[in-house]
Amino acid sequence: MPVCPLRALDVHKSFSAGARSLCALDGVSLELRPGVVTGLIGPDGAGKTTFMRLAAGLLVPDAGRIQVLGLDASADSLAVQSRIGYMPQRFGLYEDLSVRENLDLYADLQGVSVAERPARHERLMEMTGLGPFGTRLAGQLSGGMKQKLGLACTLVNPPHLLLLDEPTVGVDPVSRRELWAIVDRLVAEEGMSLLLSTAYLDEAQRCADVVLIHQGRVIDQGPPARFSAPLRGRTFHVTGAPDGRRRLQARLAARPGVLDAVLQGDAVRVVMAEGIQPAADASEESVRWEPVEPRFADGFVALLSQGRDRIALPEIAAVSRASGDAIVTEGLTRRFGDFVAVDRLSVAVHAGEVFGLLGANGAGKTTTFRMLCGLLPPSEGRARVAGVDLRHAPAEARARIGYMSQRFSLYTNLSATQNLDFFARAYGLRGARARDRVAWALDAFGLAQLAGAESGSLPLGYKQRLAMAAALMHEPDILFLDEPTSGVDPLARREFWSRINALAEGGVTVLVTTHFMEEAEYCDRLAVMAAGEVLALGTPAEIKARAATPEVPRPDLEQAFITLIEAHA
Amino acid sequence: MRTRPRTLRLRGLLRKESLQILRDPSSLAIAFVLPVFLLLLFGYGVSLDSKHVPIGLVIEQPSAEAASFVGAFRQSVYFVPRLYPSLQDGRAALRNHDVNGIVVLDGDFAQRLKGDRDAPIQVVVSGTDANSARLLEGYVQGVWSSWLQREAQARRIPLPVAVEPVIRIWFNPELASRNYLVPGLLVVNMTLVGALLTALVFAREWERGTLEALMVTPVTIEEILIGKLLPYFVLGMGGMVLSVIMALFLFEVPMRGSFWVLAVCSTLFLLAALGMGLLISIVTRNQFVAGMIAILATFLPAFLLSGFLFDIGSMPPLVQAITHIVAARYFVAILQSLFLAGDIWTLILPNAAALALMAAFFLGLSRRLLRKRLE
Amino acid sequence: MLARILALAVKEFLVLFKDKRSRLVVVVPPLIQLLVFGYAASFDLNDIAYALYDRDGGYAARDLAARFEGSPSFRSVGRITRQGQIAEWIDARKVLLVIQIGPRFTADLLAGTPAPVQILIDGRNSNSAQIVQNDVSRIIADFNRDWTAARGLQGMPVNLITRAWYNPNLESRWFFVSGLVGLLTLVVTMMVTALSVAREREQGTFDQLLVTPLRPLEILIGKATPGLVIGVLEASLVVTIAVFWFGVPLVGGLGVLYTGILLFVLAAVGVGLMISSLAATLQQALLGAFLFLVPAVILSGFATPIANMPEAVQILTLGDPLRYYLVILRSVFLEGAGFELLIDQMWPLAVIAVLTLAAAGWLFRHRMT
Repeated sequence: MPVCPLRALDVHKSFSAGARSLCALDGVSLELRPGVVTGLIGPDGAGKTTFMRLAAGLLVPDAGRIQVLGLDASADSLAVQSRIGYMPQRFGLYEDLSVRENLDLYADLQGVSVAERPARHERLMEMTGLGPFGTRLAGQLSGGMKQKLGLACTLVNPPHLLLLDEPTVGVDPVSRRELWAIVDRLVAEEGMSLLLSTAYLDEAQRCADVVLIHQGRVIDQGPPARFSAPLRGRTFHVTGAPDGRRRLQARLAARPGVLDAVLQGDAVRVVMAEGIQPAADASEESVRWEPVEPRFADGFVALLSQGRDRIALPEIAAVSRASGDAIVTEGLTRRFGDFVAVDRLSVAVHAGEVFGLLGANGAGKTTTFRMLCGLLPPSEGRARVAGVDLRHAPAEARARIGYMSQRFSLYTNLSATQNLDFFARAYGLRGARARDRVAWALDAFGLAQLAGAESGSLPLGYKQRLAMAAALMHEPDILFLDEPTSGVDPLARREFWSRINALAEGGVTVLVTTHFMEEAEYCDRLAVMAAGEVLALGTPAEIKARAATPEVPRPDLEQAFITLIEAHA
Repeated sequence: MRTRPRTLRLRGLLRKESLQILRDPSSLAIAFVLPVFLLLLFGYGVSLDSKHVPIGLVIEQPSAEAASFVGAFRQSVYFVPRLYPSLQDGRAALRNHDVNGIVVLDGDFAQRLKGDRDAPIQVVVSGTDANSARLLEGYVQGVWSSWLQREAQARRIPLPVAVEPVIRIWFNPELASRNYLVPGLLVVNMTLVGALLTALVFAREWERGTLEALMVTPVTIEEILIGKLLPYFVLGMGGMVLSVIMALFLFEVPMRGSFWVLAVCSTLFLLAALGMGLLISIVTRNQFVAGMIAILATFLPAFLLSGFLFDIGSMPPLVQAITHIVAARYFVAILQSLFLAGDIWTLILPNAAALALMAAFFLGLSRRLLRKRLE
Repeated sequence: MLARILALAVKEFLVLFKDKRSRLVVVVPPLIQLLVFGYAASFDLNDIAYALYDRDGGYAARDLAARFEGSPSFRSVGRITRQGQIAEWIDARKVLLVIQIGPRFTADLLAGTPAPVQILIDGRNSNSAQIVQNDVSRIIADFNRDWTAARGLQGMPVNLITRAWYNPNLESRWFFVSGLVGLLTLVVTMMVTALSVAREREQGTFDQLLVTPLRPLEILIGKATPGLVIGVLEASLVVTIAVFWFGVPLVGGLGVLYTGILLFVLAAVGVGLMISSLAATLQQALLGAFLFLVPAVILSGFATPIANMPEAVQILTLGDPLRYYLVILRSVFLEGAGFELLIDQMWPLAVIAVLTLAAAGWLFRHRMT
């Protein structure tokens, strides 16, 4: 019987920030099974990172004990640290060292003998596919490659327990799949035990065991099926609404007894509360309810949404918008030196459409955004937004767009109200009108309680809402969202998309990039990009159909995406 | 053969740090370019020695006596005389900053001189820059007294015999300010590498999260500290060697002490500076704040409170007391003597002891405060 | 347009003063520098340690010794009793100078033969040595004048009457403290502006600004306003302290002074914003500001006269805004100069301000990231 890789007994940990004390872990007890992958899942601020750091001996618990491989994590931290591998959220790489040098450093630190190194090195290179990049500086690697290098660095001396703290945040689906392939091999071939925290619910399904934590407490622990099983018979695909899927989704979400309603392709996926039968309204004769298999995500939302107040969706007035194309690019190209970031991009986004840009890290999505918003001059080609080129258009033309960047760019030391107030005025709103809009934003985005708090101290989900509210102060016709949900927990993501839906219904054109394939399903049309080129353009259903192969006749969007990218490479 | 894990870990850290230094242009800039730039600036550009000072000579009535007086100023290396026919013109020139001072010979100067009547010479200097003004007064006095002596000899008037000061300046007879600015500047340079650079790079590891990854490996705190200190120690010493070479061969500052004393004292000071840099970064964990504090707590005092530019003895008692906690003060005292005077043990030993004490204090405190924890 | 600029300026102030770090930068360094500089920065020697080696012991020697003892800037450390002690005390920096009076001093003087006095000065600090040399010469000259007058001897009927305009007692604190107004204005203005754009770039909010209808000129004005206001306030604070605490006379008019302050602060804001627009990170901006500040101070004539620098370096100083500002400050403070004398210092400041501000505004949109 192997030693238990990790055992936590009633662990408490709180941090003091100024006068306030913040309780991160409130009596966590759990035990890991050896030789399998355990997923640590929970919303932002649930205490995932704190738990990882406690297990690695970087923090000392206020009360309770953590045993790692039979040793006390805080008393014997040095001994523990020589047996485990730990990858922090930011990978812990030295960006000015090369791939090879980073690996050598960790081999030295972990005391890997010189004789063992070549074989180990070769194996890691083969596993991660970093072989050809040995001399490249870590800072010049793409996000996916950094993540794999970070992983390789923790593996130079095969650890008995591997701790990975949100290894897949901000990483594209292809890289994520490769990471999982490595993880599966480690478990199968080296018998390693893994604890991995993640915000991607589809990844939970790949874990042998899942620990669900929320507000510093363990909600439940067990195989993923344990979370979805109780929902059998309560999950449905609803299709066939005469007024379109978005209206249908909004109606369903508002219905009592519906725990969750999200867009999935042409259908709406609905999770019903226990004991409540779906009943079709008399007015909706054409709507069909079709039972489907529950997934882990359904279980997660069902468990966590119970204690959570459903916030009302923002009232977004449907302003009459011009029809036609809101965004048109012709041969849009951008080079940085020899590197072609965007290569002859030609797309047209119709007014009132939610248009998604998908692509691996470094595919040129952000560069495209920056060119469209007039932040970066194109090397060649033209981009017209709302009929004008924003780089040369009069400043007033910019009042028609809203832009929300990857990092939820806010003035972190200003309060929510001050941020909103500033953006309202920067967009030329004044007096009563500005006050009305700020009040609207605080109300519609559920920020009223936190209006006076410094925006930098807000939880990520609130920062995201605030950033979006700021981009909407002036009621733009066109909204640019660059990875708006990266790192945000699943519940916050759902709320976010409800808002996007409402906006789209109001006639706003939305251009969005994302790494979450479930979110790509919410878009009307998608463009899949790789190395600056568009590989496929169409509705989610069309994209999936394009990627169908005899082996996988009905791929989901993630499979379709990976097939397209790999066919290109 | 199997290398011991401890050696292996240390080697890894040292190699990492060295590679990072070599690849980071800003650390090389602070370590080598900035010191060289400062040395050149101070060595060539900055000087307290006034030469060719424009001075106005107001000659209201030309005469042989006045001409010989003007001649005395013409011969002096300190002055570039300009002649003005009236006091009014002279004053205007002084007001416009055309000249730094005026010397006024009244219209009846020659007559009074011949008639053995009192013939006062008025000197007016611009006191805005008090130091330059005082030096200027001294120069005028010098030119005047040598003119007086020559004139007396020519007229065979016996000068009354009195005290004759025989002034000898030790260590720096020609009073070249470069000889005292350059050694002091070495201290400023070393502070840049030791404290500012170290504080910045260590704080960067906190910020980028690399220290977190480092801490979950089996390295010990001592290894992390040594791995950080040694490369910057070498860098600081490299900068020092470069600066000394420039001082000796480019600026021809004499070196009258022994090199081994210089090496030992530099080591002590650099350790103290590194200790301060480490301490600042451990306490702040933030590059921006660490940079600000390093400039305020190490760089500025090295400039102002070390005796490098301004005489400590003339500061008010409170400020003098503060200078005792400035490591640079002790090193400036050692360097100025070492370069210009020699191995003066009565001076070197107490100052070196103070440096050793400060190094031990800052390094010890850093060791105590740095834990393998994130709290 | 005005409303948008106002909104931006208000936001800049909020960001600046809500952030503890920024508040620190604006408030703490100037106060420390003011106190330390104000008291430490002085070339005056008011405590010259000396020792007398009187091998004569006659009354003339005692008379001379008394003059040194009576001088406020000299302090006797002790009496030297043997030759070897001279080197010991000077080497160890126990004394800055030793006055050696020969054994026949009084006798020589009474006999009417020149009586040498040996003055040995520590030359390690050349500036101090030079000042000591002047002070000693003056004291001995006074002694001689009194000695000859007392004995009715007469030489050449010429004497030197020295006066210093603007600063009769030649207090170098007046010089440094008035220069301090310039130095602190520069440091604070640079810190406020050099970080403003770089911080926004690092946080990504600058892109957010650029997609609003704000024009580069509006952003420029909004960003420059806090630097301008804080710079002028800082200058006023330091001027007040210089006049009322350090007792530096303010002879000239406030109109000239504030014209100079305004022009200089504009130039400093321009340089700061330019550095900030060039930098991609806060770190680079900080380093850039540091790399500008150090030479700018050294080359400004703050501590050492520009006239003493070699030609090539003097040309370099022409691009240093602090150079012009220091002349304006010192002229207005101590000399009471008016516009007609200072116009040559003011137009270069205006040129620097216009050039750097234009460059900063252009860089807002054109710097590639």
